[in-house]
Order: sequence, then C-alpha cells, then structure tokens
Amino acid sequence: MINIRDKGAAIWENWNRTKRVSFVAVVIVLVAFLPYAGTFPLTSFLNTPITSYQAVLVYPIAMFVLMALGLNIVVGKSGLLDLGYVAFFAIGAYTMGILGTMTHLNTWEILPFGIGFAMLAGLLLGLPALRLRGDYLAIVTLGFGEIVRIIALNLRQTGGPNGVVGIPNPPPIFGQKFELNDHAGYFWIIFVMIMLVIWMVRRFTVRRPGRAWEAIRQDEDVAALMGVNLLVYKLWSFSIGAAIGGAAGVIYASKVMFIAPDMFTFNVSVLILACVVFGGMGNMWGVILGASILAYLPERIRFISNSRQLVFGLVLLVIMNVRPDGLLPRKKREKIKHKEVK
Amino acid sequence: MNFSVLTTQFWSLCLQGVALGFIYVLISLGYTMVYGVLRLINFANSEVVMVGTFATVIAQVTILKNAADSDPLHGFRLIYTLVFALVFSALVCGLLGVLVELVAYRRLRALGTNRLASLISAIAVSIVLSEAVRIYSHSAPLTSPRLLEKWSFGEVAGANFRIDTVMIIVAGSLIFFSLDRFVNRSRLGKAIRAVSMSEENSKLMGINLNRVISLTFFIGGLTTGAAAFFYTTVYETTQFNVGFNLGLAAFTAAVLGGIGNLRGAFYGGIFLGVLEQFSSAILGSQWKSVTVFLVLVLVLLIKPSGIFGEAVQQTRT
Repeated sequence: MINIRDKGAAIWENWNRTKRVSFVAVVIVLVAFLPYAGTFPLTSFLNTPITSYQAVLVYPIAMFVLMALGLNIVVGKSGLLDLGYVAFFAIGAYTMGILGTMTHLNTWEILPFGIGFAMLAGLLLGLPALRLRGDYLAIVTLGFGEIVRIIALNLRQTGGPNGVVGIPNPPPIFGQKFELNDHAGYFWIIFVMIMLVIWMVRRFTVRRPGRAWEAIRQDEDVAALMGVNLLVYKLWSFSIGAAIGGAAGVIYASKVMFIAPDMFTFNVSVLILACVVFGGMGNMWGVILGASILAYLPERIRFISNSRQLVFGLVLLVIMNVRPDGLLPRKKREKIKHKEVK
Repeated sequence: MNFSVLTTQFWSLCLQGVALGFIYVLISLGYTMVYGVLRLINFANSEVVMVGTFATVIAQVTILKNAADSDPLHGFRLIYTLVFALVFSALVCGLLGVLVELVAYRRLRALGTNRLASLISAIAVSIVLSEAVRIYSHSAPLTSPRLLEKWSFGEVAGANFRIDTVMIIVAGSLIFFSLDRFVNRSRLGKAIRAVSMSEENSKLMGINLNRVISLTFFIGGLTTGAAAFFYTTVYETTQFNVGFNLGLAAFTAAVLGGIGNLRGAFYGGIFLGVLEQFSSAILGSQWKSVTVFLVLVLVLLIKPSGIFGEAVQQTRT
C-alpha cells in the first residue's frame, strides 16, 4: 500500500520556507476559487446534478469539513468516542435561531454566544461523562445528542417540531454580502474558519495539550501515571471540539434561515464520525479529504435518487474494509523532534 | 406531571413495563453477546430487529397466505402460524447476524485494526440494511394482520393480563433462561465464554475462533428475531426506521445492566421497560428517552460498569 501521507510529509520536510509559503498560498487561492470551478469547462465535471454546485460546496462539504475537524480533536487526537457531536451543532444553531429572532444582535455578535454555549454544554456533559471509558462514554454522548434534540422538539421556546423560522442572514463584512442564494460568501467565511481551526490544531499538537491528548489516546493509565491530568485535558479536548461544532451551527442557522429538530438527528453525528474515520483519524488532511468525499458523493450521485444512500453505505463499507485506517492514516509513530524534548 | 397514576395504575404500569422490558432484553442479548466476545458495539443489530419485524409480517402474510385484513385465527392454525412466524423471524435474523459478521467484522478483525473502523463498517451495514428495506417497502409502514385475538385472562390489582403480554413474558423468560443455560452449561457455551476471556488463549486451546464468533452472532440474531416477532405481535405495524429507537433502548438496557453480562442484560432490560412506562405515564411519553438517559448517566456515575458489572466470569485484559 502506498503511504501518501508519509510521502507528502517527506516532501514537506525537505522544502524551505519560501517553497512552503508559496505552496500554502497557491492552495488557499485554489480553494478560494472553488465556488467558480463549476463554470470552467476543465473542472465542470464537479457540477452536481439537481442541487446547485455552489450550495453543495457550502452545505454539506465545507460545513462537514469544519465539523469533522472539530470532532477529530475529540475522536482522533484524544481517542474519546463521541457519538453525540450533533448536539453542539444544534446548540449553536438554536442559539443563533433564538437570539437572532428575539434580539437585534447580528450573526457576528451571536457567534461568540453560540461558541460559548456549546463549550458550556461540552463542559456540563464532559464533567460526568469523561470519567467513563470507551463504550460507556459513547452511549452517554449518544444519549446527550438525543436529549438535546428531544428538548428542542418539546419546548415552546424552541418552536417545537416547527423549529425557528425567519433567522436573519449575516450582515455584510468587507463589502461581501450574505444572502440566501449567494453561496460563495458563506463558502469563504467557512473557509476562513476552517483555516483558523487548522492553525489552532497545529499549534495545540506541538504544545502541551497536544502531547497530553496523544498520551491519553495511547494509554490512559500510563498517561495518568506520567502526571497527565486526565479530566482537565479531556475536558479541554471535548470543549474545543464542542466550540467548533457550535460555531458551525451558528453559521448554518444563519445561512438556511430556518432550523427544525429533525435537522439534528443521530445520523448527522454518525456521518461526521464516518468522515473522521473514513479520512484517517488524527490526521487533519485525511479528515478534510474524507469529509469532502463523504459530503460530496451523495450529492454527485443524486441521479440515482432512490438508492443513493444505499450506494453510499456500500461504498463506505467497501472502503472501510479495504483501507481500515482511513484514506490518509496518521503516521504510525509520531516522531518527536529533539528540540521539543528538552 | 401526573403523579396520580402512581396510585391508580401502579400494577398495570409494572406489568406493561415488564412485557416491554422482555422485548428489550431479547434485543439487548444481541448486543451483549457480541460485546462479550468481541468488545465491540454491534451497531447493525438495530437494523437486524427492523428486518425481523418485516420477516414476521412476510411469514404471516406472504408465506402462510393470511390476508392483511384476515380474521383472528383459532386453535391449531393459530399456534402453527405464531410458532412459524417466530421461528422464521428468528432464523432470518440469526442468519443476517452471521452475514453482518462476515461482511462488516471478519476482514477487519483479521487485519487487527482499531475498533472505530469496525464501528464505522457496522454503521455502513446498517445504512445498507435500512435503505434496502426502505426501497423495498417504498417507505410505507407495513401492517401485520391481527391473527391473535387479544383476549384477557382477567385483571389482578388493576393489571390487565392480556394474552400477548402473558405470551411475551412466558416465552421471553423461556428463551432467556435456555440461553443462560446454554452459555453456562454447554460445550459450545464454554467455548463462547473462553473466547470472551481471551481470544489468544482460546485459540491455543483448539477453539475455532471464527466459528465461535459466527455462532455468537447467530445466537444474538436469534433472540433479536424473537424480539422482533413479539414487537410485531403487540404493535401490529412496522416501518423501515423502527430499528433505531428499539436498538438504542436495548443498547441502553445492556449498558445499564453491565454490558457483556447476560443476566445484566436481563435485569437492565426489565428495569428499562418499567422505567419507560412510568416516565411516560408521569411526564408524558415525549420525555421518555430523556428520563432513560438521565437515569443511565446517574447509574454510570455511581457504578461505572453498570448495575451488575461487566461479565462476572470475565477478567478484563
């Protein structure tokens, strides 16, 4: 099996600073032009039938990449199985929905609230749940995801099964307007958020929390023995993941202008988790690739409308069996650089 | 909040809860058997239940040619129909369980990969199953004919002993106790217990690992299929998406009792059934799952490995 991940890492290591910077700049420019890729003849094969390509690019693709990166911190970096990630997405979306319709705050002012509430929920869930191990944590988080949905379904304040309607679009920033059918703006704003998350995760990985997460993932008991405060670092990872989910929720609610409880089912959690595992747990680039493919594929094969989920399931099954570590797995053993050790 | 039901319907709710609990017990055996052996959540089990409910209706309507609006049957024909549907559903689910193991788990197990890969491939299988049934049934609910007339044996302290309630409790306990005997007394049961203690050592002892694991999935599927039959007999309708909620409740029951432990699944299932009945009577049925999960979190906080602990006879490695 060719290890693309190691090949890529080796090339990256051998480049000097100018080469790296120019490569990143080229990639950023290319991705930023993605919304218009459907109009060029060379790249028009990207176009999706039925749904507009630009809409697909925002939701699900960019949104899934963002959420998968968030979940990757929890599942991939620290090895905590979270089956209720959709709860944080829902909390962000409902924060936007309720504050956006009841108060005069705009999306950018609500964004911190959404992130804050999601983090708070992550802490509240994490304090009892993170003392549990493995599959027990999985079932408790799964239950939490369902509880959030059921509460949204039954409370009067959240509009019950009808959800929240008439959520305002974000106000323009830097002259870029945001309207329901103008997808490029949303794509760029989510792209900026994705880049921020990538930067944040890269910084974390080489610093204390990253090392603590890695230790926890490999062996909890040994990590505790070496003096890693398990609960504190697990809570960190959980609430950072939650914050990213909440941010995604705020943007999502503000874009579609309407949210209802059945947008936040267990299936979404499963799909995001599938993105993480499918792409390669713990490796950000793999996760990004996995999320893009899993979000894009069902839309691309919409022409077989009735059985497209069936085909999706079959593809997922085959790929998991052929490449169980994901498309781009993480390096088997992360090398520690000499200067970090001292 | 309606606490008056505690005095007026106490025994009735208990009886209903126990009957519902037996359905959960039988499904959660499908989870707990597999978990005991492989240490994996068999995510596809919820869709196996769903297929079982369809198999029950197909056995009654297509194979035995009872019209969808046929009158209740009597005498030998009734017993024959019910037993046939039960066996058919159990066998279909058992074989499906074996198939799920072959497709979703075997290769990954041979490669020795992380547990999450198996989880995702099991989830993929459940997507395939539920989508296949959705397309087959055109997303429409399927009604089962009322072949069993629901007469009552009589009331004791306000609890109505209806024939289907009694049937579930009697047949459910028979199935559970014979399974318990099988696992704890028979040679094959001993092999299952050995594999759950240590795969490596049981291999050294000459146990055919793949066969034992297939057997475990088969047995888990059998009980799950039986549960699907009882579910269809009581509720008389099914749809391609019934699996999720049933599976979730049954899995919660297994965790509540201590996953990997047969008797834990039994008490967990009954407890959960009763709890659900009481919480829907007191708080309204929409808060049922919330109560269940809050209780689950509390139980896990106080006793992190479930009420009865993980498999009593096992040592964790």
